[in-house]
Amino acid sequence: MAETVNQTQNFLKGIVKENPIFVMLLGMCPTLGVTSSASNGLGMGVATMFVLIMSNIVVSLVKNQIPSKVRIPAFIIIIASFVTIVEMILEAFVPFLYEQLGIFIPLIVVNCIILGRAEAFASKNNALSSLIDGLGMGLGFTLALTILGATREILGNGSLFGLKFVAENANTFILFILPPGAFIALAYLTVLFNKVTAKTAK
Amino acid sequence: MDYIIILIAAVFVNNIVLSQFLGICPFLGVSNKVSTSVGMSGAVLFVMTIATMATYLLHQFILVPAGLDYLRTITFILVIAALVQMVEIILKKVSPPLYQALGVFLPLITTNCAVLGVAILALGLEGGSLLKAVFFAVSNSLGFALALIVFASIREHLELANIPKQMKGVPINLLVAGLLSLAFLGFTGLV
Repeated sequence: MAETVNQTQNFLKGIVKENPIFVMLLGMCPTLGVTSSASNGLGMGVATMFVLIMSNIVVSLVKNQIPSKVRIPAFIIIIASFVTIVEMILEAFVPFLYEQLGIFIPLIVVNCIILGRAEAFASKNNALSSLIDGLGMGLGFTLALTILGATREILGNGSLFGLKFVAENANTFILFILPPGAFIALAYLTVLFNKVTAKTAK
Repeated sequence: MDYIIILIAAVFVNNIVLSQFLGICPFLGVSNKVSTSVGMSGAVLFVMTIATMATYLLHQFILVPAGLDYLRTITFILVIAALVQMVEIILKKVSPPLYQALGVFLPLITTNCAVLGVAILALGLEGGSLLKAVFFAVSNSLGFALALIVFASIREHLELANIPKQMKGVPINLLVAGLLSLAFLGFTGLV
């Protein structure tokens, strides 16, 4: 029973308490770079989640074989292999998303969330806990990216997941799908997130 | 002419931080003082130039002829990581004052996505040559330096400002970055 409770906490921490974006501020580049629409945010989130889960599992399995001096380069190689796999899968099956995410797909490799979890969690825990940790963190990241993408898409384009709900030539805040909008939207979402979590904590 | 366009495009129009969102972590992380941001900019200029040169040659003369283009990500990140270590060791031996100035920033650069990003973007330059790729890297690191130093100067002033409690810290910094990015948007269409 205690085991299940622990794993549930382990899973939930990535979504709220240690949310990689709103709380820990990791992986900012893709967060700001690809969230001009909800579907881009979701796609990036899922791609990152896949790499995060797989690298977490592999790192936790081989942690005892890797000498601690060379562990960081070893982690990077593991992560880069999975990124290459994701790159090839996306190019083959979702070429549209591949075009949209562009440079940010190879850059998953330097996403600090992944190396951070490998170092802080997977290298100290077993495969199952690492899988759950990766799943929770990945979901927290995906959720944050999708919310940010949805906010920017609704305000900037008057649509959600590509479905337009304002008139064709209506005025929208185009600013929000341009680069400055990414910073401004994330700033206010962080305030909102802090406010909500501060309230529920009381 | 080509080179002037690359320079202006990289520094102002497509600023690497403010419009391409590469290198946001150091941009938000080490920008609380102008002096540290100058140090970081120097380190980025140094590493980005060498890394782009190395990865460009590696790609052109090893990966492409061998048909191993898909190993790009994995080889580039390894080259960059190794290079950063090497630069650190060499600097320590050859130029202790420079090492003193840049030392603390060097390890941070491996996970700076701007370095890997520019190395990959440099491969896609029109009519690419080694010289052009290196020039592209230098221009981009100047763009990075400009954004970082301007941002750090604003943040130094913000310390004295009266900011609402919920906005303190991260949100206000993001907002300032947003306004800076808005200012840089004015350069659109320059080239």
